[in-house]
Amino acid sequence: MTNPNGRFGIHGGQYIPETLMNAVIELEEAYNHYKNDPQFNSELTELFNEYAGRPSRLYYAAKMTADLGGAKIYLKREDLNHTGAHKINNVLGQALLAKKMGKTRLIAETGAGQHGVATATAAALMGMECVVFMGEEDTKRQALNVYRMRLLGAEVIPVKSGTATLKDAVSEAMREWTSRIDDTHYCLGSVMGPHPFPTIVRDFQAVISKEIKAQMLEKEGRLPDAVIACVGGGSNAIGSFYHFIGDEGVRLIGCEAAGRGVDTFETAATIATGKLGIFHGMKSYFCQDKYGQIAPVYSISAGLDYPGVGPEHAYLHDIGRAEYVPVTDEEAVCAFEYLARTEGIIPAIESSHAVAHAMKLAPTLNKDKIIVITVSGRGDKDCAAIARYRGEDIYE
Amino acid sequence: MSNTGKIAKAFVSGKAFIPFITCGDPDLETTAAVVRAAAQNGADLIELGIPFSDPTAEGPVIQGANIRALSAGATTDKIFDLVRELRCDVVVPMVFMTYANVVFSYGAELFISTCKEIGIDGLILPDLPFEEKEEFLPLCHQYGVDLISLIAPTSENRISMIAREAEGFIYIVSSLGVTGMRSEIKTDLASIVEVVRQNTDIPCAIGFGISTPEQARKMAALSDGAIVGSAIIRLLEQHGKDAPKYVGEYVKSMKDALSQC
Repeated sequence: MTNPNGRFGIHGGQYIPETLMNAVIELEEAYNHYKNDPQFNSELTELFNEYAGRPSRLYYAAKMTADLGGAKIYLKREDLNHTGAHKINNVLGQALLAKKMGKTRLIAETGAGQHGVATATAAALMGMECVVFMGEEDTKRQALNVYRMRLLGAEVIPVKSGTATLKDAVSEAMREWTSRIDDTHYCLGSVMGPHPFPTIVRDFQAVISKEIKAQMLEKEGRLPDAVIACVGGGSNAIGSFYHFIGDEGVRLIGCEAAGRGVDTFETAATIATGKLGIFHGMKSYFCQDKYGQIAPVYSISAGLDYPGVGPEHAYLHDIGRAEYVPVTDEEAVCAFEYLARTEGIIPAIESSHAVAHAMKLAPTLNKDKIIVITVSGRGDKDCAAIARYRGEDIYE
Repeated sequence: MSNTGKIAKAFVSGKAFIPFITCGDPDLETTAAVVRAAAQNGADLIELGIPFSDPTAEGPVIQGANIRALSAGATTDKIFDLVRELRCDVVVPMVFMTYANVVFSYGAELFISTCKEIGIDGLILPDLPFEEKEEFLPLCHQYGVDLISLIAPTSENRISMIAREAEGFIYIVSSLGVTGMRSEIKTDLASIVEVVRQNTDIPCAIGFGISTPEQARKMAALSDGAIVGSAIIRLLEQHGKDAPKYVGEYVKSMKDALSQC
């Protein structure tokens, strides 16, 4: 879907300082070489299967299906991966690539902390140095993940600039990369940023839809009617969609964080409320004011609290291949609690946005329809924050 | 492919001193006074920063200026008005330094045609590398506004390609990293300038990390001029509305140092 300049339709591109251009060109050349290298692919598959625990299960949620009384619901259990989220797929790929390129140091941004934990994990495994940038606000609401990263040997740098959330962590990681390139790979955590990142991250996450397809054919003998995933930058969603893009009968539904609602300023629903712009290395949709100043977005979910969306999602939206729907904090929290009680699975608050939409959609569909929800991560990290949201004053 | 060659005028009377000022920090009245003080004290070309919420190429000092300016209510339209007013008496070449989204979101054609109308001679966009310049270049040519190219310490094999198509002047980034004062500049800038000279006749100036007259003299000796941002922003941070006097004195000391090249 990418053209040679890293465009998805009009989106994507490489809007970055000249200082980084040779670094992204070197990365693209290395990736184009190694993606077809049997040795690289066999090492990555080994890491996926033996270390991360792939393939992840495609679980038939019988109680939820019966309770909602409509379409049959399957959960793609990315929460069962090592480190508790889909983020490990991308990180193992990029860390292995960085190692092959001779890099000895990984830097990363993180929102909820899942990507930071995954990067710290891969760095520990592969004997690399690791520095993670995290908005100061997020270090408070995801304190447990900060500790996990430090335990894994990473340095966590709280970012105080701007809104002190994910977008500021990305900005600071980009600044750090411009000051130290030789030995450092920027392990970007989502399908965003300058080319080739949106393509590389998608390819490493596409294992999700590859597995869903094979598992669904084995269990049901057919493709699902809809695949639902949450979208911040959009890496678990593009991973869940990718191998279905050519299958027109499969609806692809991305769930954006609406925060307190798309009619308020406290929202992070980029496709619902943003407009076309250029930021963090890419052309895509961004929440911004009329002068192009990036908006201080809000969501209860630190992982979806980002003012932009990956360029391939912007393109899938433009051509109408995927649908993007906003889901509020309140709906996501209800879904978080619902899945815990109904299936005994505590989803990440990010993934709960996808569960919430499925709860609306499933009852409107016939029982012969099948929907897949990607549970992108587990919710242990969110328990204290959700308790506080519900008025229980607990701290980790 | 230069616009009417106005930027070239900045480089005709010896080495050029190029100050950078974030518009609206601490307010637009102060910016107007600072620009006049810089022009009267020997600035050859002035870089006017349009603040952006997330300036990814800037260090903490200029990030701070961006935040102060936006908090004080600076907008692209108000900055256009400021330039209109300045152009009544300020004749030195002036360019805008901002980020691609500020131009794009305003409507690129409206932004660039307004630059021409109000007397802005060029545009510096640190997040618009050679590969993406077609985003705005056709409009810049149409309206006669130079799109300034940047060359970095990591550009290596890209220097000749960038230099050959550059217009106005070339902004050579002295060091890795973001803007901000540095005690030492270690990049082999002489080699970069040599490749630039082999590929173009347009002038080149060095920026990032320069704050003292001695550094400016060294950098200008290697090239055609020196660009200073953070050191000036520090004066604004310290003196606020009283900054014009101090910026004027500072610009004079820097221009005097360059005269010795």
